[in-house]
Amino acid sequence: MQSTLFRRVTAALTLLLVSGVSVASDWTERSNVNLRPGVTNISQDVFDLHMVILWIVSLIGLLVFGLIMYSAVAHRRSKRPQAADFHENVFLEVFWTVVPFIILIGMAVPATRVLIAMDDSSDAELTVKVTGYRWNWSYEYLAYQDDNDVGIFYFSNLKTPAEQYNRPILKDGLFPYGTAADRVGAEPTEKDSTYMLAVDKPLVIPAGVKVRFLVTADDVIHSFYMPDFAIKKDAIPGFVNEAWTLVPEDATGTYYGQCAELCGKNHAFMPIEVRVLAKNEFDSWIAEEKEKAASGPDLTPFSSLESAMELGQQKYAAACVLCHGAEGQGGIGLPFAGTELMTDPSRVQENIDVLIKGRNAMPSFAAQLTPREIAAVITYQRNAFGNNTGDLVQPADVAK
Amino acid sequence: MTAVAAHTDHHDDHHHAPHGLKRWLFSTNHKDIGTLYLWFSFAMFMVGGLMALVIRAELMYPGLQVVDPEFFNQMTTVHGLVMVFGAVMPATVGLANWMIPLMIGAPDMALPRMNNWSFWILPFAFTILISSVLMSAFGEGNPSAPNFGWTFYAPLSTKYGPASTDLFILSVHMMGISSIMGAINVIVTVLNMRAPGMTMMKMPLFVWTWLITAFLLVAVMPVLAGAVTMMLTDRHFGTSFFNAAGGGDPVLFQHIFWFFGHPEVYIMILPSFGIVSAIIPTFARKHLFGYASMVYATASIALLSFVVWAHHMFTVGMPLAGTLFFMYMTMLISVPTGVKVFNWVATMWRGSLTFELPMKWALAFVVLFTCGGLSGLMLAMTPVDFQYHDTYFVVAHFHYVLVSGAIFSIFAAAYYWLPKWSGVMPNKFLGELHFWNSLLSVNLLFFPMHFVGLAGMPRRYADYALQFADYNYWVSIGAFWFGLSQLIFVLVCVLCAMKKGEKAPAAPWEGAEGLEWTVPSPAPFHTFDTPPVVK
Repeated sequence: MQSTLFRRVTAALTLLLVSGVSVASDWTERSNVNLRPGVTNISQDVFDLHMVILWIVSLIGLLVFGLIMYSAVAHRRSKRPQAADFHENVFLEVFWTVVPFIILIGMAVPATRVLIAMDDSSDAELTVKVTGYRWNWSYEYLAYQDDNDVGIFYFSNLKTPAEQYNRPILKDGLFPYGTAADRVGAEPTEKDSTYMLAVDKPLVIPAGVKVRFLVTADDVIHSFYMPDFAIKKDAIPGFVNEAWTLVPEDATGTYYGQCAELCGKNHAFMPIEVRVLAKNEFDSWIAEEKEKAASGPDLTPFSSLESAMELGQQKYAAACVLCHGAEGQGGIGLPFAGTELMTDPSRVQENIDVLIKGRNAMPSFAAQLTPREIAAVITYQRNAFGNNTGDLVQPADVAK
Repeated sequence: MTAVAAHTDHHDDHHHAPHGLKRWLFSTNHKDIGTLYLWFSFAMFMVGGLMALVIRAELMYPGLQVVDPEFFNQMTTVHGLVMVFGAVMPATVGLANWMIPLMIGAPDMALPRMNNWSFWILPFAFTILISSVLMSAFGEGNPSAPNFGWTFYAPLSTKYGPASTDLFILSVHMMGISSIMGAINVIVTVLNMRAPGMTMMKMPLFVWTWLITAFLLVAVMPVLAGAVTMMLTDRHFGTSFFNAAGGGDPVLFQHIFWFFGHPEVYIMILPSFGIVSAIIPTFARKHLFGYASMVYATASIALLSFVVWAHHMFTVGMPLAGTLFFMYMTMLISVPTGVKVFNWVATMWRGSLTFELPMKWALAFVVLFTCGGLSGLMLAMTPVDFQYHDTYFVVAHFHYVLVSGAIFSIFAAAYYWLPKWSGVMPNKFLGELHFWNSLLSVNLLFFPMHFVGLAGMPRRYADYALQFADYNYWVSIGAFWFGLSQLIFVLVCVLCAMKKGEKAPAAPWEGAEGLEWTVPSPAPFHTFDTPPVVK
């Protein structure tokens, strides 16, 4: 993309700077101090540009600060009791207007080249629609090679359990709402290396194939940020933005990103995990997912309250806990622990309706959870948090 | 320069000198109103600082320890609003009130009653805004305060905004009215009330930068008022300016907001340029280098600030041509800014330098503001900005230009002109303590933010992945250190207000030039009743 000279200069300068500085290759590695070179050609170009501009501003900074330091020492009053008398110099003033201008043109040229390359999303083989919600992402596979109706769609939620992040140090928290006050004084839970990064079901893309992302949002503005691909594209309700990546064949693996536009309470709790598979593995993954999608919802009844509770707990932790609290104590959402809504047997149908259709600020979960999962979540809510109603909701009740 | 000096309090027999509460409530005196502005902005600086400390306490360790993420968002939002509209802007208006009439030889501001009103709107505006935070923290059911960031992007602030958004809208309208009136006052004063012989190109640079700032304010505050009014009608009257479902456009909001927001950045920093351009020549005992080019550079920065707004929104998906235009314009704005920095260095060059407190703050300003300017140049490079955008790198950038830039220059101004305001020299020992603690802590506070930002930590996160933990810890230590250091300045100001300290002569800084040093210290209640003649 760029001239050989540009690349050589960049490489030399980069080597100089990073010789004392670690550029972490693993996103989860602690305390890295520099931009990530990433794994794609574009992200490498961006990294090169970053290093060049960093060097330029560092040198300008050193020059200016050096002059100030020199002047402060050499021109102090004890050395020079009488100040010189000059306050104009046409040559100097023209010089320091023109030279920065020339440096800027030198920077604008490669930046423009990279920008034009980033803009070209044509000839993508896989198209994935990425939708931001408060507070998770969904991925819909629209087209892959000749298949224009892939029909795979799923949601992706933060995997980190609430007990890992919810650690109020004061009884009731300093500002008492939404926090799990019961956990004060409990033993701290170990945070794993993918804390706040891993999700329950990652986005899967093939290596060596140009992938186009159509980025949009369902409610407020989010931003799809994948540093390793040098992608940051706002997800705006009512708009479809384009971004693309082409991960080289030797760069299979797992990459992480995060939401980069403030979207409300749990802005920090909707990471992006991308699993890059070799092309043949991706082909079998997509075939498998298509088959699952084609077979329709699983309506197998629960054999026991315990099996429904187990699935319900998992789904509650993924989908409900951010608003309704780990102990059902409420927060942005209504409290569940001991409330009439969750203990009155005649309101089971209302529970189902709210989950499927949504109500006020509560979004619909019809797309995000299967009927079996909705049944499990309601069963869990009516039996956990000391509710103990014994109600068992079956998938068939929900599917009606 | 000569001036008619030495009006004493006994001289103003045709004026009733007011006392007590009435003196402040009904004041039409530019000095009293300036004092009110400065104390008010300092109080807001402390309030906004407390909110910043809540943020840093939460971010000290990974995990949610101190506040709920909902409250965290309210803190980031109101911290930003209070600091921008409550601390920096009123502080520079206070300096303008005090110094512009003294610098141009005018007896007062041109529109003294409007001056009174434009100040007294502010305490009400901020009472409304901050009441929403108090209700959120202590009220029954904790109704949320504004929680959508100081940039209040739609639809987070419209369809999804809490009820207190309406308090926010009202309060922003009031701040806007106050700013516009203050700006009109400055323009009228500077254009009409200069002493005989004080031509435009003889005005101190502080007056020039404020004149240009005032034009920016008059141009863009109505745009902000328009944005919040559209929000109001979207929220309550069924319009869809920013709602895609009704045919509106959420990105339109960002264009309107940043058309105000980018000139706003220069509204906050141009008066600082003026302050530093007054202080450096004084302590270098040398004239300002390139006065004319400073004036032209300020004017070109102001003009360019109207055509760079979309660099705040490179990631919204603008067409390539638009993106390129805003990238080039943004890079261009670094040329006049560079001219200013080089001029300051040339002013110091071969001077006879001493390093009294105002000079220390001014030099810290030049160095640290330049750091912020250089990271701004990095952010201008659009392809790389996709990586920097909305990370802590941006947070580091704008805190370098606003805290160690604008606020440091306001401290410089305070130490420089406190002798004139109060009649006593600021306590040297406390001043040194304040300076060195602030200088070291501000860098511990903001420099590591560059690292976590480059490593990929998005801003406005209440909790973060583990690899950001080490630097966030140090940033929080720096924040508490910086916050505590400002208490020293409270002491400095209180001592000056109580007239405790070495008595200041009319011209306490030997190298200083300008009409303000021809009147006694403290400046009498009325000055320049008879205009001085500037040769």
